[in-house]
Amino acid sequence: MSVTDVAVQESVPPPRTERIVNDFSIQVATVNGSGSQTANMVLLRSIFQMGVPVSGKNMFPSNIAGLPTWYTIRASAKGYVSRKKEVDFLVAMNPETAKEDVLTLQPGAAAVYDEPLKLNELRSDIVFYPVLFDKIIGTITHDAKLRRLVRNMIYDGVLSRLLSVDMAQMEQALRKQLGKKEKAILLNLGALKAGYEYAEANLPKQDPFVIEPMDKTTGMILIEGNAAAAIGCLMAGVTFVGWYPITPSSSLPESLIDYLKKYRRDPETGEATYAVVQAEDEIAALGMVIGAGWVGARAMTSTAGPGLSLMAEFTGLGYYAEVPAVIFDVQRVGPSTGLPTRTAQPDILAAAVLSHGDTKHPLLLPASVEECYTMSMDAFDLAERLQTPVFVMSDLDLGMNNWMAHPFEYPTKPLDRGKRLDAETLKRIGTFARYRDVDGDGIPYRTVPGDGMPAYFARGSGHNEAAQYSERADDYANNLDRLGRKFETARTLVPKPEVEMGGSGGIGLIAYGTTHWAVIESRDQLKNEEALDTSYLRLRAYPFTPEVGEFIDRCDRVYVIEQNRDAQMLSLLKMDCTPAQFAKLRSILHYAGLPIDGRSVTMELLEQERDGSGGAR
Amino acid sequence: MATTPAQPKAAPAKKTNRIGLELLAYRGGKTTLCAGCGHNAITERIIESFFELGIDPAQVIKLSGIGCSSKAPAYFLNRAHGFNSVHGRMPAVGTGAVIANRKMIAIGVSGDGDTGAIGVGQFVHLMRRNLPFVYIIEDNGCYGLTKGQFSPTADLGSTLKTGVINDLPPIDTCALAIELGASFVARSFSGDPKQLKAILKAALSHRGTAMIDVISPCVTFNDHEGSTKSYAYVKDHDEAVSDVSFVPYFEDINIDYDPGTSTAVTLHNGSKILLSKLSEDYHPTDKMSAMRLLHESAARGEYATGLIYVEPDKQDFVDMLGLVDEPLSMLDQSRTRPGKAALTEIMESFR
Repeated sequence: MSVTDVAVQESVPPPRTERIVNDFSIQVATVNGSGSQTANMVLLRSIFQMGVPVSGKNMFPSNIAGLPTWYTIRASAKGYVSRKKEVDFLVAMNPETAKEDVLTLQPGAAAVYDEPLKLNELRSDIVFYPVLFDKIIGTITHDAKLRRLVRNMIYDGVLSRLLSVDMAQMEQALRKQLGKKEKAILLNLGALKAGYEYAEANLPKQDPFVIEPMDKTTGMILIEGNAAAAIGCLMAGVTFVGWYPITPSSSLPESLIDYLKKYRRDPETGEATYAVVQAEDEIAALGMVIGAGWVGARAMTSTAGPGLSLMAEFTGLGYYAEVPAVIFDVQRVGPSTGLPTRTAQPDILAAAVLSHGDTKHPLLLPASVEECYTMSMDAFDLAERLQTPVFVMSDLDLGMNNWMAHPFEYPTKPLDRGKRLDAETLKRIGTFARYRDVDGDGIPYRTVPGDGMPAYFARGSGHNEAAQYSERADDYANNLDRLGRKFETARTLVPKPEVEMGGSGGIGLIAYGTTHWAVIESRDQLKNEEALDTSYLRLRAYPFTPEVGEFIDRCDRVYVIEQNRDAQMLSLLKMDCTPAQFAKLRSILHYAGLPIDGRSVTMELLEQERDGSGGAR
Repeated sequence: MATTPAQPKAAPAKKTNRIGLELLAYRGGKTTLCAGCGHNAITERIIESFFELGIDPAQVIKLSGIGCSSKAPAYFLNRAHGFNSVHGRMPAVGTGAVIANRKMIAIGVSGDGDTGAIGVGQFVHLMRRNLPFVYIIEDNGCYGLTKGQFSPTADLGSTLKTGVINDLPPIDTCALAIELGASFVARSFSGDPKQLKAILKAALSHRGTAMIDVISPCVTFNDHEGSTKSYAYVKDHDEAVSDVSFVPYFEDINIDYDPGTSTAVTLHNGSKILLSKLSEDYHPTDKMSAMRLLHESAARGEYATGLIYVEPDKQDFVDMLGLVDEPLSMLDQSRTRPGKAALTEIMESFR
């Protein structure tokens, strides 16, 4: 028996008299391709403009038109931006899913729906707002093509009235979304107002949810992680991009192309100071990046799980021939094709040791759009400093959804081009050997074609210090050991974790990427509802820096929280742990294709605390 | 003032090229291929071609995939940067490298398995892009390094030493390259030094993808009766379509030729290639003729050798990208990191 079966049989709750201000979620259920994205962005932006912290998450199908899609907007005075498990206010626009959408609501929720669907007959413990969409549309347009689009703007108007979202803000947001298309603006404004007036005349307020102005978004921007990463690449001085289209990564290179076209032309000649090539597949995309990186360009590619699999071969070459490369992995649900439009963190292990043989690679773990920006720049610097492929592990939730952020700061650190041999260095070190560890940090000096320095022969086959083919046991072992030393150097260069110790140490939490946003909410729930004071470490990179081991030492037990089935980061941690640390590690996992939420973390943690099993793996 | 001492008698000067380098400067490491391997002869022609053209080795990048053929770049031009990449992926690495430094002359050596099997996808797209790149296939119809298995260019009906018969038709890499957009397509034979060198020199002067399929019998696994890529077979079935003479643009043109029997084609850098036509109606600039020639000679069990197709003025991929003149790899931060105003403007667009 499902929860909803019970809900239907429950008696009608008394009307809610309390007001729930700036702390609820709205879910709009539509059909993809219906143009609902504009209406959803207008609603999101209006709440943002009213100074209320807000987040928007699109749960869409791998399809262009005709399949169900849900857009969730969460207003949170406290600033929580992870997904809220419960839907408080439903806009049921999709006849296909309307019944299920309504049945899965919590008692006390509210639903706006198209009147002919008669959803109000399904249950009596929620507030229903029937809207005669067709009748309203008739007053706005008779153009069959426009009817569907206008329909979406009508629900914005209805919500504006029901939730007290300022109409002036709605209009401003609409103008922002539609730019200079005056005819479209007028049409949509008409729909917005018609929706508002309909609600004013026909739908007396019965639910408790209200938006009230705040001042918590002043000066902030709304931006998707992929766009933020593109801006980071632009500012990192990227000169070569090789890519292949794949969801949810494509908007990263596509945004980057737009910025490069605008900001990276020679002021005198108009010629490009960059090149972008759409490759024939992900193998070629990374191959081009490796070729460009070998020659000295700042080169990158961007992909998702299936592309990552194809990139294994070239990642190994980049590792062994020691070629800088930046690879963005905007993670999605796997395995195989998986769910291309759903989010997860399932590529951590694959990326960390991608390719056969002994390989390991630095991973950067952005949690926010700000970090998508800064870590893009970090990635290029690290790739050139370490002469190796570096991965930036974003995800669909971060990459394709809009997040609030403070405007990004202009970088003050100059580009780090790494150890490039010049005449002075050559004089100091005597002779050039491409893979000799001159400085003891495992990082050799490199030369590039056309720099006037000695040439060398790069290869993916066994080689000695002088880059010559060698099958000698000592050459092989020495080289592999040096690569190991280089990874230890990486440990000192990657971004350090953020650590917050609570109380005596006690329960520790470790998370990374977008899981962070659920964890901060869960920590508040644990503290406020259960008086459990937790410590928290947010990983920002692999290899792990010493802070991670120290954190585990200071806690009694540590829950590693992540969005995959196999506790992948936990596995990586265990590779680095002492036996005592190992024994403390537990796991909280979320892998439903939806972004992780704070309540799920809290419930799972409490359950494991209660039964004492600790979910040890 | 002291009188000038008598100069010791100078040793006879070694032959140098127009930039003052000896042939030795174009050599590489010692070959590790089998004695008598056709690939070594091709390496010699590559060395001679670069030497005679007077190309600075430091201006060259040399690439390869994996296989016997792909070892070759280690055996020429020691002073050039080289990259022995992964199996079948030389085109991608080459594409990134050439775009990142447009000043470099790129030469790549692949094999028939590296190109026609595992690498056919990348080969197709390299040809299609017409990237400035000299792409040599050292074609022996078999996998030498893994002991003689058939490759996709093995001829229908040819037999392995073990008696296994190839029952699939071969891929004609020249026909494929022409169809896909390569602007210089030739076929030669490792045992024909004169023709091969002329083609190589012409290819190095061409701007665009120059694809050269060089039949190069495998002396260990595929030079026996029953193999259509043996020395004996090719010598008997080689139909030279054109007698190629190459005239570098920086040398005086003093070739004596009869206009009635030759076609002169001007290459990108102003140099000319002279083709003495053996077949009266053959035009190397006509795609249809080139395809007909390949199909007809294949039907007769013959290899048409020479410059099969050339399109000297076709726009190459690097030009298409509209890049700055200076190599992308050499641009410094002042040219690659936009100023603060750009970031402010971008941030404004997200408010």
